[in-house]
Amino acid sequence: MEKHNHQIGIMTYIIVWLSLLAFTSITVTIAGISLGKYTLFIALLIAAIKSGLVINIFMHIKFDEPIFKAFLALSGATLVVIFVLTFFDIIYR
Amino acid sequence: MSNHENAAMISHHTHSDKLGAKMGMWLFLFTEVLLFGGMFLAYAVYRYKYSNDFHLAAMELNTTIGTINTIILLTSSLTMALSIAFIQRSEKLFSILFLSSTILLALIFLINKYFEWSAKIEHGIFPRSQELLDRPNGQILFFGLYYVMTGLHALHVIIGIIILSFMLIFLIRNKITSENYIKLENSGLYWHLVDLIWIFLFPLFYLIQ
Repeated sequence: MEKHNHQIGIMTYIIVWLSLLAFTSITVTIAGISLGKYTLFIALLIAAIKSGLVINIFMHIKFDEPIFKAFLALSGATLVVIFVLTFFDIIYR
Repeated sequence: MSNHENAAMISHHTHSDKLGAKMGMWLFLFTEVLLFGGMFLAYAVYRYKYSNDFHLAAMELNTTIGTINTIILLTSSLTMALSIAFIQRSEKLFSILFLSSTILLALIFLINKYFEWSAKIEHGIFPRSQELLDRPNGQILFFGLYYVMTGLHALHVIIGIIILSFMLIFLIRNKITSENYIKLENSGLYWHLVDLIWIFLFPLFYLIQ
């Protein structure tokens, strides 16, 4: 019963935490530099990388049943569809 | 009668459905993602329409306090994960220690939030204040979204503290053990979601220059 209950090492968690802190300091530093329209893109890219770390390691999705990945992909896809359709409406109105 | 009760107890023990419990939690988390997703959508549309006002208004937010709160929440996510890791390894004391740290960090987050909001309110910036109503529409929208989104997030932190406090009691009373810790795991998933939402709130509100 406990067989496929994958345990993640303590060190892995600490490394992930340190990377999250590093990405935070990068995003704060970059926000201080004027990069024009790329600023938002870079901030969102870093936020996406950070959430990838949290979801995969802290939330165990990487080691969990595939069904949870399917759920996650479905909700992500729903959000993308809603955002894309709304912006089509806003931009071409 | 007593035979029947015994049978019920045994089946109760062997039938703890971890997969089902976790699946239920994930489904709940997706409704949360869609709840916040709608708000992020409103934010995106208005930022697109009033990007100058959003930039001006965002300059007034305290980046330092936002950064400190980011570090606090990320660390609380680590202590949450460690609490689960230690109960898996039957180290009850460490599990209790890290779960308590998570609750403590959540409280510090809220105290910071309190100071941040009181400073804003003292400057006369709160929904429907005269100071805010005299400003352009985009700034009114920015601060409206700021209060609603960080407020809803803070409400999630408060609910998280309540849930984690119950888990702490369960842990102390051996209701959560190395054999059966799905409650702690699901609470952890909820807590990481609170962290995830903040990961996006932080750059969108505090890091616009």
